[in-house]
Amino acid sequence: METVLKDISFILPEIFITIFAMALLIVGVYKKDDGEASSIISTLSSLVLVVALVLLFFTADRQAVIFNELFVVDNFSLFMKALIIVGSLVGITFARVDFKGANAWRFEIPVLILLSCVGMMIMVSANNYMTLYMGLELQSLSLYVLAASKRDNLKSTEAGLKYFVLGALSSGLILYGISLLYGYTGSLGFDATKIALTAGGLNVGALVGMVFLLAGIAFKISAVPFHMWTPDVYEGSSTSITAFFATAPKVAAMGLLIRVLYDPLGSYIDQWQQVIIFISVASMVIGAFAAIWQTNIKRLLAYSSIGHIGYALMALAVGDINALSSLLFYIAVYIVMSFGAFGLIIYLRQGDRAIEDIADFSGMYKSQPVLAAIMAIFMFSLAGIPPLGGFIAKLYVFNAVVASGYFWLAVVGVLTSVVAAYYYIRVVKVMYFEDPAQETETVSEPFLNLIIMASAIVIVLLIVEPSIISAYATEASRTLFLPIAE
Amino acid sequence: MDYPILSLITFLPLVGVAFIFFIRGEEEAIAKNIKLVALYTSLFTFGLSVFMFMNFDPNSPELQFVEYAPWFSDLNIAYHMGVDGLSIFFVLLSTLLVPICILCSWESIKTNVREYMICFLILEVFMLGMFLAQDFLLFYVFFEAVLIPMYIIIGVWGGPNRVYASFKFFLYTLLGSVLMLVALLYVYNVAGTTEIAELYGLNLSENTQIWIWLAFFASFAVKVPMWPFHTWLPDAHVEAPTAGSVILAGVLLKMGGYGFLRFSIPMLPDATQFFIPLIMTLSVVAIIYTSLVALVQKDMKKLIAYSSVAHMGYVTIGAFALNIQGLQGSVFQMLSHGVVSAALFLCVGVVYDRLHSRLMERYGGLSNNMPNYALVFMVFMLASVGLPGTSGFVGEFLSLLGGYQASTFFGLIAGTGLILGAAYMLWLYRQVLFGELVHKDAAAMKDLNLREIIIFVPLVILVFWMGIYPSFFLDPMLPTLERIIEIHNSGLTWQKF
Repeated sequence: METVLKDISFILPEIFITIFAMALLIVGVYKKDDGEASSIISTLSSLVLVVALVLLFFTADRQAVIFNELFVVDNFSLFMKALIIVGSLVGITFARVDFKGANAWRFEIPVLILLSCVGMMIMVSANNYMTLYMGLELQSLSLYVLAASKRDNLKSTEAGLKYFVLGALSSGLILYGISLLYGYTGSLGFDATKIALTAGGLNVGALVGMVFLLAGIAFKISAVPFHMWTPDVYEGSSTSITAFFATAPKVAAMGLLIRVLYDPLGSYIDQWQQVIIFISVASMVIGAFAAIWQTNIKRLLAYSSIGHIGYALMALAVGDINALSSLLFYIAVYIVMSFGAFGLIIYLRQGDRAIEDIADFSGMYKSQPVLAAIMAIFMFSLAGIPPLGGFIAKLYVFNAVVASGYFWLAVVGVLTSVVAAYYYIRVVKVMYFEDPAQETETVSEPFLNLIIMASAIVIVLLIVEPSIISAYATEASRTLFLPIAE
Repeated sequence: MDYPILSLITFLPLVGVAFIFFIRGEEEAIAKNIKLVALYTSLFTFGLSVFMFMNFDPNSPELQFVEYAPWFSDLNIAYHMGVDGLSIFFVLLSTLLVPICILCSWESIKTNVREYMICFLILEVFMLGMFLAQDFLLFYVFFEAVLIPMYIIIGVWGGPNRVYASFKFFLYTLLGSVLMLVALLYVYNVAGTTEIAELYGLNLSENTQIWIWLAFFASFAVKVPMWPFHTWLPDAHVEAPTAGSVILAGVLLKMGGYGFLRFSIPMLPDATQFFIPLIMTLSVVAIIYTSLVALVQKDMKKLIAYSSVAHMGYVTIGAFALNIQGLQGSVFQMLSHGVVSAALFLCVGVVYDRLHSRLMERYGGLSNNMPNYALVFMVFMLASVGLPGTSGFVGEFLSLLGGYQASTFFGLIAGTGLILGAAYMLWLYRQVLFGELVHKDAAAMKDLNLREIIIFVPLVILVFWMGIYPSFFLDPMLPTLERIIEIHNSGLTWQKF
């Protein structure tokens, strides 16, 4: 009993969110007025996440493997969970603005975001393939519904269906990979698998299982060649949901990938390294070139996210502690940039219409000089131009890659970043060099404004004090390289 | 000095930016106040840099006014600023040209004055930071950051083909500098630090040096620009607003030459020796070929842009002559070109503001109705040709002297470039200022107004000062340049040829 209580103390945030997600669901059902219910519930959901974030920090610097080795809590999971919760919080705020006045706004949306948040937190804490799969499915199923949340919109429905079909396929791949790994190692636990694989040497069956697992996760992080769903889903879903897709689930899937590769599959590094390098290079190249022809800003950001995942994977491929910490840094900076860029897209209105096409930005600096400048900052930062945050993130990654001797990988990285710079500065060009077609207005929402400003400040001032993120990233990555103490 | 004067100089323009950002009021008052704030900020920065120069010890090769603070603490990279004989004049040149740029845009920039001035002040921060950085990463950050404001200046306030020019400028220079980033990271991982002074004694193998040198070259050669990497320059110059061209020619082109002197030559001695023939060939081609191209231009700005490429050829010849005359000539030529070509672009700007054309055929005979303008233009034209007594002569003479010592063959060919230089500049002057006043609108143009005279006076003084009393500029840079050669020679593992 005592151990159970002790174990529970480690997953208080997850339990807290789960209980309140259920409770809010019940509250929502009993509220008669749908509009009122959803605004109360979205506020309460945000509060729940804030409390969960506070609870989370009580697990700081505590490491434990709990519930019969099903679950692991360490600084790495703490870092990832903090990003996930912040991502979900931002997602709820975005959704509240984005759906305002649309009849698609339902109280289930914040609840679904809460549930997927729990799923993601379980993913990054999994220490057993069963836990992993449970977390993954909880997350995915919530996301499928969210993708289709604009029910009267054809594109949104299409996005939801596409996401569901391909997501289910990738879940199937993951499950098949897990079953192979189980078959060849005789265990589902990460620790036992690791011991079996290290002792048993290279095993072809387990190797095939690993490749299936990798392919499945590559779907989730939308890495090439499993990226096809991304532009369509990004374009079809409402912008707030897209923003959510681009941030928290990416973090979670990346966290899962890191955990799986470093922990149970750690001894197969020579094998998975080749796979990761390939998908990294492919993602960078496709992300850079395919975005050039996009006219829709959300599709552009979809390809941009594919490219950024490529840079992050480059650090993963290297497989040492500095590379891992640079990877965590990169992801953290990337989601801050995404908050800002997507937040701006939601914030801006032309007439009654949200901004969809890049052309809608034309001449924006005339009617919205400050917001145009901020958008330009995010674009230059995504392109990796100093002195902005995106550059520092790339600097850490390239440094880790060069330090381990993969010069050619770094050269591919910098060259694709020049190609990618073309489409980022094209957005700046449209905003600044062209004449306005239409007056651009903003919706009034103080929280959204706050998120955009805060992201911009982080991106600009990161150059002064990069350690505000890098210190935590280093701390988080260190735990993965230490033997876990009870 | 017990306060951080270098950071003060570098980041002072940001104070102006903050003021400009918050200026509110009526449309016209805003524009006027913004211009005034920008002007005062940049003048104050200039004053501060002059003050620093007066406290500068000209006999020391050491870094002065050094500032040091932890920065990327986990990577062992520090915020390290310092000034020596090589960088001090570039700092002065930058702080001098920015107020001039602001003054020359006083009337020609009518839209988005706020953004324009913010861009220029931020650009000044980046330029100064780049020349003052004594840490490679810090240098790189400023070096590449310059692209952002310059891209916007060309793209928003530029000519009809500005989008193409700004994209070409941005992507071309970005491509060069990202390769330097990889080399930077390699060097960092070998040395464990990015302190420039510590990187000098690195003793890499010759093969490694060659790769790193090429990566640096990709970046600096585009910036200089050296033939055949110069094609972005005429486009950028032609489309940029006058002030943009002035800064581009006056300061940004110096970043490449400065980079060669600060990084390639002392840090990679073997590779530098290995690549001397390449540099010399490219420089000579630049001098001859781009001079010939300049001869057939119809557009005044384009002609001056091509002449810039030719003049920068002397810079690289001097730098890679690797003797003291060559290095002095190289730096002096950069400074002189910074003043003269900036002034020539201003001269074009004067008539462009009045008639909105850059074509030579639209003018002619201006010496009749604009005598003061003709006089000023002549001074800079002759300085560009390299007439003794003007700044251009000293720079070209020293560079060629150094180049001749290093290689008679290249020295001789480069010398013939002087004749071509005289040919196209005199041609330009004759077309625009002499002859009959054919066009009515050109004949109606007024001579220089007070604002324009104020702009030109300091530049005219500088041209003669540098031409008549060059030691004032050459002496303070001598110890530093001697040290660069010394570091280069001591790092050589094979015999000079």
